[in-house]
Amino acid sequence: MPKIKMPRKSTAIDMTAMCDVAFLLLTFFMLATKFKPDEPVVVVTPSSINTSLLPDADVILITIDKDGRVFFSMDGQPKRKRLISDLNESYHLGLSDAEQTAFALGSSFGTEIKALKSVLNMKPDDRKGFEKGIPLDSANNELAVWIEYGRVAQGQDLRDLKYCIKADNQTPYPVIKKVLDTFKEKKIQKLNLVTNLEEAPAGSAAAIFRKEEKSK
Amino acid sequence: MAEMDTSSSGGKGKHGGTKSKKQSTRVDMTPMVDLGFLLITFFMLTTTMAKPKTMDLIMPKDTEKVEEQNKVKESTALTILLGKKNQVYYYEGLAQDPNASASPDFFKATTFANKDGIRDVIIKKRDEVARLRNAKGQPEDVVIMIKADDQAVYQNFVDILDEMAINRIQKYATVDITDQDKQWIASTETANGIK
Repeated sequence: MPKIKMPRKSTAIDMTAMCDVAFLLLTFFMLATKFKPDEPVVVVTPSSINTSLLPDADVILITIDKDGRVFFSMDGQPKRKRLISDLNESYHLGLSDAEQTAFALGSSFGTEIKALKSVLNMKPDDRKGFEKGIPLDSANNELAVWIEYGRVAQGQDLRDLKYCIKADNQTPYPVIKKVLDTFKEKKIQKLNLVTNLEEAPAGSAAAIFRKEEKSK
Repeated sequence: MAEMDTSSSGGKGKHGGTKSKKQSTRVDMTPMVDLGFLLITFFMLTTTMAKPKTMDLIMPKDTEKVEEQNKVKESTALTILLGKKNQVYYYEGLAQDPNASASPDFFKATTFANKDGIRDVIIKKRDEVARLRNAKGQPEDVVIMIKADDQAVYQNFVDILDEMAINRIQKYATVDITDQDKQWIASTETANGIK
């Protein structure tokens, strides 16, 4: 009896289609991506129903972590460079060019201005425990100094400059109040609080208002 | 597809000359797929898809001049206090009348809960005040005073500002807490057993 021969099938699969899909997704993520900025501390922001977006450019961002440490950051490398060279001059910090570049490339800083030189020479991991936040005491309110120099570094388009406060859910209120008062003293009235999006509760005045706006 | 059909192509030379060996044009795509997915994973993990939103906060100017300061009527005001452990306290008016504030029902506690929380209190007061008429015969607006205790956290502050947005309250102000308010909070906390 002749044996029944099973036709041998190749186990090689055509990967081309899979490759196509992979690269399609890759292209999408590459185009849609915006890198997470390097954050010195983890901040969990509260949620609100507000839908206005956080601006991309011309922002002074004050980050406050849950222990009440205050950090300052500003966008734009040329502006940061100007900020640090101004600070260097008026506070006689004696920063080298390399240290100034490190500041321009860095992200948020939360330290006394005097200690800035040592912070700039630290590795990112060492910095985490070292930075105690920008002092806010009424005698030595360095946040006001940072804001002032930030405004100078912004230069011509002072009107476009936005002030964002990004604080943690568990940040104690007195710290927030001090920061808000600092802005108030600087005659800066319009602030932005960074929040996550949350739906307006059904049936509330805001939900009804938005529905009406949409149907118009 | 990337494979090409090579089975029917020539090679049957008439003279039986040198035959070049047929080479498969199939390319093994597996490493390329691996690479593709590796990069996808990288971009997926580093990307931030949802941009954070912001809440506008416009602070009033400090003014010394009496004529620039806004007067708040006792009847249209609602005072909300933020305490520790996400507790909210409230009373109607500004607590300027000692007789009214002596009543045990005057100072009340509530929470941020969606139902029977501070939102219902705000809505009730808003609707009550809307029935009142001012000197020109127009409906009055409720004015909410927000006072945060030192024990309150940022989340409470944003939540209460958010309540203003949710209920479309136009007039509200953050005010410094008074010693009297602190006393009331402390005594309510002990009465409710909040540590």
